[in-house]
Amino acid sequence: MTDRCPTDTTRRQVLKGASAMAGMALAPGFVLVTAPEATAKTAGEAATDKTRWGLLIDTNKLDKAACDALVAACNTEHGLKPASRADATAQWVRRVDIKDKLTGAEKSLPVMCQHCENPPCADVCPTGASFRRADGIVLVDKHICIGCRYCMLACPYKARSFGYEPVTDQKPQSPHGVGTVSACTLCVHRVDVGGIPACVEACAKVAPGAMLFGDLKDPGSAISKKVSEITVTRIRADLGVEPSVLYAGL
Amino acid sequence: MAKVEFSEVEGRSGEYYTLLGGLAFLAACGLGAAAYTDHAGHIITGMGNAIPWGIPHVFAIFLIVAASGALNVASIGTVFGKVMYKPLARLSGLLAFCLLAGGLSILVLDLGRPDRLVISMTHFNLKSIFVWNINFYMGFFAVVAAYLWVTMDWRLTGLSKPVGILAFMWRLALTSCTGWVFGFIVARQGWDAAVMAPMFIVLSFAYGLAIFLLVLMASSAWTRRPLGDAVVKKLKNLLGVFVAGGLYFVVVQHLTNMYATEHHGFTRFILLDGGAFTAMFWIGQVLIGAVVPMVLVWYPGTANSRQAIGLACVLVVIGGISQMFVTIVGGLAYPLVLFPGMEVSSSFFDGVINGYSPSIWEILLGIGGIAISMLMLTIAIKFLKFLPTSLADEVADPHHRKASAVDTEEVAEAAEAA
Repeated sequence: MTDRCPTDTTRRQVLKGASAMAGMALAPGFVLVTAPEATAKTAGEAATDKTRWGLLIDTNKLDKAACDALVAACNTEHGLKPASRADATAQWVRRVDIKDKLTGAEKSLPVMCQHCENPPCADVCPTGASFRRADGIVLVDKHICIGCRYCMLACPYKARSFGYEPVTDQKPQSPHGVGTVSACTLCVHRVDVGGIPACVEACAKVAPGAMLFGDLKDPGSAISKKVSEITVTRIRADLGVEPSVLYAGL
Repeated sequence: MAKVEFSEVEGRSGEYYTLLGGLAFLAACGLGAAAYTDHAGHIITGMGNAIPWGIPHVFAIFLIVAASGALNVASIGTVFGKVMYKPLARLSGLLAFCLLAGGLSILVLDLGRPDRLVISMTHFNLKSIFVWNINFYMGFFAVVAAYLWVTMDWRLTGLSKPVGILAFMWRLALTSCTGWVFGFIVARQGWDAAVMAPMFIVLSFAYGLAIFLLVLMASSAWTRRPLGDAVVKKLKNLLGVFVAGGLYFVVVQHLTNMYATEHHGFTRFILLDGGAFTAMFWIGQVLIGAVVPMVLVWYPGTANSRQAIGLACVLVVIGGISQMFVTIVGGLAYPLVLFPGMEVSSSFFDGVINGYSPSIWEILLGIGGIAISMLMLTIAIKFLKFLPTSLADEVADPHHRKASAVDTEEVAEAAEAA
C-alpha cells in the first residue's frame, strides 16, 4: 500500500496494530502484513521509477482559508519567511484565486511545483541542478545551482523562487540560501521516510479529503483509484509537460 | 587600389590614456556593482521572482548579439569576396571578440553564485539551450582568434577563407541559439516562436554593424587615419538595409501574434497598453532604432554627413537595447497564462502585469560590460596591427581608379560631342 492519506490514519493504525499482534502471535520476526511505512527508503537508497508520487487536489473542497492554512504549513515546514520586498519572497506553494470571466464562478486553489514528467525547468538548466528524480519529484540540487534563474523563466507554473537576500535559521531539510533557486520539494524529506507532504497534512485538518497524496503508478493506491473514477485537470495540459499534480473540480 | 597597410596605434597620448582611464573606471564600477550584488544578494536590484531577468541580461544579450553581427564585416570580405571589406576584417574580428567578452562578463557577474562558474564548465545538461550557447560562445572565441591569426599572419593567408567560412557558420549558429534562449520557452506568451532565431540573426547584423561603424569612425578620427567616403558609404547603406531587415522580422513577429487569438493579450500589451514597454517599443525600438536611422543614412540631406551617420549608429544601438528590453523584460512582465479565460490573482503576482524598476547597481553592471568590451579593444589596438593606416578611397575602394578613368573618358567624349 503506497497511499499516504491522513484521513486513513485510524484504519492504518488498526491494521498496523493488528499486524504487530499477529506477528507476535505467530513467530518472532515474521511479519504477515506490511505496514505503510514499508515504502520509506533506507538511507542512501535510490528512488526508482516504480513509484510516481502525485497529488490530487479537489478544488470543490477547498476555500481560501483552507488554502491559506496549507500555505502556512508549507512556510513553517520549510522555514520560508517574508523577504524585505514582496516580489522577492519565496513562495513554494501559493493560493491562486480564479474567477470565470463568463460565468463569474470563483475558486481558490493551491499552486506549487507540478512535478512534471517532462519538466521545462530541468530541460533548460545548464548544470543539471534542476532535475527530476526517478520517482517523479522535481528538485534543485543546491550544490550545483549557479543562480542563472533560467529555470524560473521556463517554468510554466511560476513555481520557483530565487534567494534574493541572505536568510537565517534555515531548516536543514529545506535549504534555500541566497543566490540559488528553490521550489516545492513535495516534502521529499518526509516522503522518503514514509511521511506525507506538510501541505497535505495541514489540509486534512481544515478540508478533509481535499488533498490526496500517493503513488500514481500503484493501481491499488487511493489516488490511482480516485483519478481513474473522476475527471481530473492538469494546469496547462496543452504544454504536454505531464504534471504529477492533478486537480479535480476545475 | 593600393596595398592596405596596418599598424598599431601609438597609445601614448593624453587622449589615449584618458580614454583608457575612463573605460577602466566604468568597468571598475561594473565590477564593484557586481561585488556588492554578490555580497548583499539580488535584493538590491529591481529583479524579483516575477521578473528574474532584467537590465544585466538586456545589456549582456545585446552585446552577445552585436558581437556576432560585428563579425559580419569580416565575413562579407572573406566569405563573399568583397574586396572593400577585406581591410576591415581584423577590426571586425577583434570587435566581435571584445563584445562577446563584455556580454559574457555581465552574464557571469549577474549569476546568483558567480563563484560556481566552474560548475557550468564541469556539469553539462546537453538538452539545455543555455549549454548550447555556452559551447558556441567558447567556440566563437576560438574560431575568431583562429580567424584573426590566419588573417594577420601572411604565411597562413591561404587558410583565411576556410576559417572565415567556419567563423561565419559559427556565428549564424551562435545567434540562432541566442534567439532560441527565448524561442524555446514554451510557456511564455511573448517568446515561444520559431522566428526568434532568424530575427536575432538579422538584428545582429544591424547592431554589430552600427557598433563597428562607430568604432571605425572613432578610431580613424582619433588616430588621424584617413577614412574615405567609399567605405563609409558602403557600410552606412548596408546598415540601412540591415535595419530594414530587422524591422521586417519585428513586423512578422507581431503580425503573426495579432492573427492568433491566443497571443492577442501579449501583442496588445506590447503594441498598445503596456505603458513603458509600449513606449519603448514604438519610440525606442521602432522610431529611434529603425525609422530615424534609415532616414539619416538614406535621406540625401544627411546621407553624406559623418555626424548624421554616426548619430544613426548610436540610434541603432539605443534601439537595440530597447528591443532587448521589450523582448526580455516585456516578455516576463506579461503574466503567465495558467488558467485561460479566467481572472487570476494571488500574492505571487499571478494575473497582473509585473513591475520592474532597475536599480543603479544593475545599470552599472550593464555599462561596465560595455566598458570591458571597449577597454579590451582599446588595449588590443595598441599592441597588434588591427587598424589600417589608411582607408582613403584610393586605398580602400577597388573601383576608385576605374571610376576616375571612366569619368575622364566621359568628359573627353562630351568635349568631342560638343
